[in-house]
Amino acid sequence: MTVSNFPTNEDSEAREGLPTEPRRPSSVRRFGQSFAMFRNGKSITGLIIIAVFAIAAIFAPLIAPYGPLEKDYDALKQPPSAEHWLGTTHLGEDVFSQIIYGTRGVLVVGLVAGVLATFVAVFVGVAAGYVRGWKSESLSALTNVFLVIPGLPLMIIIASQYDDPSIVLISAVIAITGWAWGARVLRAQTMSLRNRDFVQAARANGEKLLRIITVEMLPNLTAIIASSFVGTVTAAVLGLTTLAFIGVIPITNLNWGTILFWAQQNGAFPDFWWWYIPAGLCIAVFGMALSLVNFGIDEYVNPRLRSAGERARAMRKKGLSTTSGVTEVRATPAEDPQP
Amino acid sequence: MTTLDFRHVTKQYKVRGAGDMLALDDVSFTLTSGQTIALVGQSGSGKSTIAKILTQLERETTGEVLLDGAPIPKRGKGLRAYRQRVRMVFQDPFASLNPYHTIRHHLERPLRLDKVVPSDRVDDEVRSLLTRVRLEPDAVIDRRPHELSGGQRQRVAIARALASRPELLIADEPVSMLDVSIRLGVLNLLADLQRESNLGVLYITHDLATARHFSDEIMVLHHGVVVERGPSDDVILNPQHEYTRALRDASPDPDKHFADPSGPASSRS
Repeated sequence: MTVSNFPTNEDSEAREGLPTEPRRPSSVRRFGQSFAMFRNGKSITGLIIIAVFAIAAIFAPLIAPYGPLEKDYDALKQPPSAEHWLGTTHLGEDVFSQIIYGTRGVLVVGLVAGVLATFVAVFVGVAAGYVRGWKSESLSALTNVFLVIPGLPLMIIIASQYDDPSIVLISAVIAITGWAWGARVLRAQTMSLRNRDFVQAARANGEKLLRIITVEMLPNLTAIIASSFVGTVTAAVLGLTTLAFIGVIPITNLNWGTILFWAQQNGAFPDFWWWYIPAGLCIAVFGMALSLVNFGIDEYVNPRLRSAGERARAMRKKGLSTTSGVTEVRATPAEDPQP
Repeated sequence: MTTLDFRHVTKQYKVRGAGDMLALDDVSFTLTSGQTIALVGQSGSGKSTIAKILTQLERETTGEVLLDGAPIPKRGKGLRAYRQRVRMVFQDPFASLNPYHTIRHHLERPLRLDKVVPSDRVDDEVRSLLTRVRLEPDAVIDRRPHELSGGQRQRVAIARALASRPELLIADEPVSMLDVSIRLGVLNLLADLQRESNLGVLYITHDLATARHFSDEIMVLHHGVVVERGPSDDVILNPQHEYTRALRDASPDPDKHFADPSGPASSRS
């Protein structure tokens, strides 16, 4: 670089387009930015529904009119009434109170299993994505094995080995069968991140492997980790209620599945609808709420989904068909400006 | 005086199902501080492989790379010490900065990693680095890469490369992703910085015109082989190898443009 400088517009370029006063993002604002993926209609709707269930679980003793196992022998298998909003069971227990208390079991197991499975998924997925060769292949094979193992039978086999499995054990069993999907998605995403220049630059600067993964790569994977977490929580809730319904989990663990178990044991289907429909609805609504959160994250990660939806709405407003293959010409072109 | 010796280096990539691919075939050159060598060649000629071997992101298959006569340590502190002395500016400023982190993070990391300054002076050093690359520290320091223009990002990338106070700098097509109007600004900046700190620069490019203006020596790489090397003007004005001639004739020549009215300029009107 021996030749003298050419006059350029470098100074104007270097200072272009920035407001003069510095804008310092506060730590609160940076924290808020980490949750940008939840800032859309679908996610917020889902989070509100989940919050309602969480409040019910936390304040169960205040909300539920009776204890979950409190028996009222004067009212057996009663339909909904003023005293028992959702009717009673064959022992005169209040179904509404059981649902409220049952939310606790569902949320705790869902949360613990989700956290455990996400940890395993992040560890295995990111490691499999970052290393190369046989290490990556064997981790990937392990993931695939857990993917093809049918989850429910495995859960039944493990859970039935214990007479009185604790909540943590149940969560762990569900987590073991539920981490593989997240790991697979994370592996693919990590493989694409690994070859990005900013990761190469960190390597060339001499950053340690652990720091490259945790500081340079993981923040760019937050949305996918969040979505994998929500997915495993959904699977955990479904797994827990299924296990409870088929009677593998002891009845002392009260949750929505246990209600269904007792309803089925005592011939509630199909006449005593108040006994089983609310619990079934709760499972469905909770699952829907989690899926809504996930759809929201998906739209955040993949803006094409978002803009496709908006474009379709805008076209329908104008009376255009979104499925037509040909774009309609809406305005007559101006005079052809031939050169 | 720092000297980097690239001696008889060969690099073979294993390609799945297609046998081996020879990316570099017995390449040798020497880069000393204060000197600028341009490495010219088309895509796939092995330019970036040389950069990757120099930063040890890839290992050479045979041959050796010597810094001041000593081979590069393959791991640990020695490798980090080598990387502190030889830094690289990546081609694409849109990809080489982490979208999640602020400019402050990008410049602080190398300073803390190589303990260039005591930790209470890191902030001052970050600001002085930004000033060196002609950026307004207060305006950019807490921003993220996507809030800056391409030219500004490449300046940040250059500042990051300079943070560890290297003696040699590898610039892998530093301006090819930038707007034509700001390329010269970034190249002039590189030239200034080189003069200020007596850096040795390996300027990798496919643009013969800038190679001629900014380097003492040009090396032409073709299919992993150095086909021609010499002082810049000699290589451009009097190319010996057929490939160099083809490369020169392929690049637009501003002189021809003015001399010949029927040249490429006329088609634009």
